[in-house]
Amino acid sequence: MELGKVFIEVYPLLLKGLWITLEVTALSLLFAFILGLCSCFMGLSTKAPLRWISKIYVGLIRGTPLLVQVFYVYFAVPQLLQAMGVDVRFTPFLAGLVTLTLNAGAYMSEIFRGAINAVSTGQMEAARSLGLSHFQGTRKVVLPQALRICLPSLVNQFIITLKDSSIISVIGLADIMYQAKIYVGRSMEAFATYTWVALFYFVVIALLTQVAKKVERRVNV
Amino acid sequence: MTPQIEIKDLHKSFGKLEVLKGISLEIEKGQVVCVIGPSGSGKSTLLRCINRLEEPTSGEIIVDNMVITDPATDINKVRQNIGMVFQQFNLFPHLSSKQNIMMAPLELKLKTKQEADQKALELLERVGLAEKAEAMPRQLSGGQQQRIAIARALAMEPDIMLFDEPTSALDPEMVGEVLAVMKELAAMGMTMVVVTHEMGFARDVADRVIFMDEGIIMEEAPPQEMFKNPTHPRTMEFLNKILSGK
Repeated sequence: MELGKVFIEVYPLLLKGLWITLEVTALSLLFAFILGLCSCFMGLSTKAPLRWISKIYVGLIRGTPLLVQVFYVYFAVPQLLQAMGVDVRFTPFLAGLVTLTLNAGAYMSEIFRGAINAVSTGQMEAARSLGLSHFQGTRKVVLPQALRICLPSLVNQFIITLKDSSIISVIGLADIMYQAKIYVGRSMEAFATYTWVALFYFVVIALLTQVAKKVERRVNV
Repeated sequence: MTPQIEIKDLHKSFGKLEVLKGISLEIEKGQVVCVIGPSGSGKSTLLRCINRLEEPTSGEIIVDNMVITDPATDINKVRQNIGMVFQQFNLFPHLSSKQNIMMAPLELKLKTKQEADQKALELLERVGLAEKAEAMPRQLSGGQQQRIAIARALAMEPDIMLFDEPTSALDPEMVGEVLAVMKELAAMGMTMVVVTHEMGFARDVADRVIFMDEGIIMEEAPPQEMFKNPTHPRTMEFLNKILSGK
């Protein structure tokens, strides 16, 4: 239970893991942002089949645990594809990226939808009355306001996804959590190691929150 | 001369509720028409049908010889020529006054950045808010916001302006400044359709006043006649209520 001694040993490992954690989180958030916007606009579409696709997607993701989703992408889907004669195998990183993207994308879709609905209908009417198309009104008038409205929820989702990425360690992605588990297995220093892991996540998230607050302040001026 | 706006037997229903029950109306170029009537009489709906913010249920609307109720008509093109001012201003809160005015002409590539800038400053001058060019909407009073909204509509250089209760959301002391801008616009020959409760404005500026009730035009007359000798009992009742309230 020597916190100091363990820190010296575990710090380089956690740092290595942190890089993977940040990489998989950042990439999946980027793709999830795009996926979420697409799903959101499908959900708001006048065409019923597009609305259904968005609804089913969001419903499936929200209705199943992230752990099940990881296993599904990493184990279930490749087996299905192999049965169909396609030999595909995901690396843990790719499987983690796909899962986190699908997962965060669904929640972002709902965040965007709520924010777009929060922009008053008068805004779109004003844009349309000037001769802008629905698309132009969305891009120039509704979206800039919606993004401001949803920024706090979006930051919240960023933090959730960063923390959720620790679950990907179960399929062998060498993130912070994975490094910690390996080290504990070797040294039996569970208390000290997991204390440092918790602190690691805590500090990273605290830093990100500060950055987000700065961005929020700038955008709200 | 064909009228600039021609409305033929216009009907509009929201679900089971029929709001407009056969409106026919012609408005000549340069005319100022005020639409008055109790709330729920369909005034705003009529106005919003003219630029198709509301989709008419049946009937025909022709603006500048274009059948705007025809689905094949490019409504975005038509709307560029019909400015609209809303009760709640609906300025774009994320854009400054000047950016509000420049946005549509730039987005629709009708002007270069320099031309749009020039035009915006000119319009700000005209509505008496040149010093507020860089102000954000939330830093402006209601009356100032509405004047910016008028300037924004004028930036598209429309032939027709629609006003949907432009002073109803304003504090009383700000009504005058907005009406003054509208009067000047009327004097310059703009075709205007104004839904309003400002009887003074209707009396001084309108060429015709239309009294609507229960989805139809009950009475239509020049303002002097309408206010002095209303013929329909509903008109008398309404005018009595409004004018005695002041």
